Amino acid sequence: MDAFFSLMHGFEVLLTVSNIGYMVLGILFGVLLGFLPGVGGANGIAILLPLTFSMPPTTAIIMLAAIYWGALFGGCISAILFNIPGEPWSVATTFDGHPLAKQGRAGEALTASLTSSFIGALIATIVLTFLAPIVANFALAFGPPEFFSVYLLTFCSFVGMGRQSPFKVISSMMLGFAFACVGTDEITGGLRLTFGTETLLTGFHFLIAVIGLFGIGEILVTIEKGLQFEGQSAKINPFVVWQTWKKLPKYWATIIRGTAVGVWLGITPGGATPASFMSYGLAKRFSKDGAKFGTGMLEGVVAPETAAHAAGTSALLPMLTLGIPGSPTAAVLLGGLLIWGLDPGPLLFVEHKDFVWGLIASIYLGNLVGLIVVLSTVPLWASIMKIPFAIIAPIIIVICGIGSYTLSNAPADLIFMVMFGVIGYLFKKLDYPLAPMVLAIVLGGRTENSFRQAMLGSQGDLSTFWSNGLVGSITALSMVMLFWPLIMWLYRRLR
Amino acid sequence: MSEGHDKESQGEHGKAVVTYRTMNVVVSLTLMAVSAVVMVASYRLGNGWAKDVGPDSGYFPFYVSLIMFFTSGVTLLQHVMTRHRDGERVFLHHRELMMVLQVLVPTLIFVVLSIYIGIYISMALFIGFFMMWHGHYPWYKAVPLAVTVPVLLFIVFEIWFLVPLPKGPFEAWLGY
Repeated sequence: MDAFFSLMHGFEVLLTVSNIGYMVLGILFGVLLGFLPGVGGANGIAILLPLTFSMPPTTAIIMLAAIYWGALFGGCISAILFNIPGEPWSVATTFDGHPLAKQGRAGEALTASLTSSFIGALIATIVLTFLAPIVANFALAFGPPEFFSVYLLTFCSFVGMGRQSPFKVISSMMLGFAFACVGTDEITGGLRLTFGTETLLTGFHFLIAVIGLFGIGEILVTIEKGLQFEGQSAKINPFVVWQTWKKLPKYWATIIRGTAVGVWLGITPGGATPASFMSYGLAKRFSKDGAKFGTGMLEGVVAPETAAHAAGTSALLPMLTLGIPGSPTAAVLLGGLLIWGLDPGPLLFVEHKDFVWGLIASIYLGNLVGLIVVLSTVPLWASIMKIPFAIIAPIIIVICGIGSYTLSNAPADLIFMVMFGVIGYLFKKLDYPLAPMVLAIVLGGRTENSFRQAMLGSQGDLSTFWSNGLVGSITALSMVMLFWPLIMWLYRRLR
Repeated sequence: MSEGHDKESQGEHGKAVVTYRTMNVVVSLTLMAVSAVVMVASYRLGNGWAKDVGPDSGYFPFYVSLIMFFTSGVTLLQHVMTRHRDGERVFLHHRELMMVLQVLVPTLIFVVLSIYIGIYISMALFIGFFMMWHGHYPWYKAVPLAVTVPVLLFIVFEIWFLVPLPKGPFEAWLGY
């Protein structure tokens, strides 16, 4: 019941005119960023982060989180109308969403997708509300070895759950760790890997990496295809919405399955993209119309959207309670918290109650407001999508540049942004995953510190990571994750 | 990704410039070179046990890059030794390379110019240039937009949110 009262208090914090105003603003920004290819949730939040430095932290995080919800909603608009996923997690939405739009049922597809996103997020938020305080309380007893083992599990999960080559996953991750090491060593205070230059003194800011990798890199990949947008018209009115809502309860099993998959993959760092694919696959297998999937089934839109939104929401749970973001976007939010001097982790729930519960309350309201705002503004977004890429692309690049510069007023960051853009372009095309690299840059310092503190505590004895049941089982699970591709390979060989 | 449709579109996109195999080899060799540099630098810092500090400054970066050296080496071997399934697939056609360079080079110029003459003038040039060159817009369509965007952003950043962006002689002349 504690969580319930805390939540009510959260609503009290939330419900001021300026907070609600910034929330609506954030959702509109988010939708815009979410459905344009080239800018996504992570990148958009990174760019707008400096604008929030002058706001109180609670207002700022509410606005940034609203951008996140907006981006989650926005991805499906371009996926359904234009067959272009605005975000990676809307790829699965195009399978049945676009055929529906071609049949003139875009309104139905959009209503179903936005509504099921909302339901997925709502259930995940309820889970977050009641589970987060328990996890945080549990994590209060964590020492350096426990934290390191949790970080280890996070990173090993990328190897075990990724569909890319495990060697490429690890290379990308290690490159991220190497970037994170540049600059001042937090423990000894000495400089390292700066190669005698002053520009590297402060290291690489991970937000620059995010803007470059996801923003500039994505633009380069998009432009190469010489993208032409060919959209379907978006006819949507209250009658269509109502008719679609009457059909949705039929898909309750798909919705529950999608949400469960989403919540699970959101908490473990699988993220929204695999969740949406997995949920689509499960729905196809279990539906009696499974064979017709891909030709324009409403169920095929419901499944990935519930999962993606549930995953996006529950990714905040490990971010808030352990300081481990479950997705690149959650990582950027974590970066925001650090900049405002809030240290994510179990103590956040003790020391900054207003902040945490204000944020959680804003998730409930943000998703409801998001659903209404997006449903009523679909035609507007569809018309923006018709602006040619030759106009949109330079504006996106300019905005990325502004976002990079304002982070720390360092001109060199602009050059680094382009450098990360090239890395993002090459990695994306060669199937090196970007998420492990971003998370390694964000968590590199914390991972290293927890490792070094644990080692100092045990005088260099590695067995400290097996010293009690908790840390031992997390470490063991990490090893299983790390060697999962090898285990599967051996299993297939032996059969 | 456009798997499979590469062959028939060969004519449309121009000659093949480079294959996936070559790019995979180049990127893994680059990653190995980066790891080697980081390993040497970390070794010099001390990658062992330091008194009262525990693992020294160079410990973590050293092992991180050692692992990167190994995994990139495996990727390299995979693409050199075996016939990887998409090895001969075309990474870039001539036309695609031109498209990418048409964005990348102006972006780089925009970024470098921002540092010297300020971001507002640079973005006006960049947007105008991009629209006319890439989008083939006439100047009377490109110029108004190229002026409006910097003015709007100037109002948002310098006046509304009081966030300073790189400025040059022109803004100084205006009194900012």
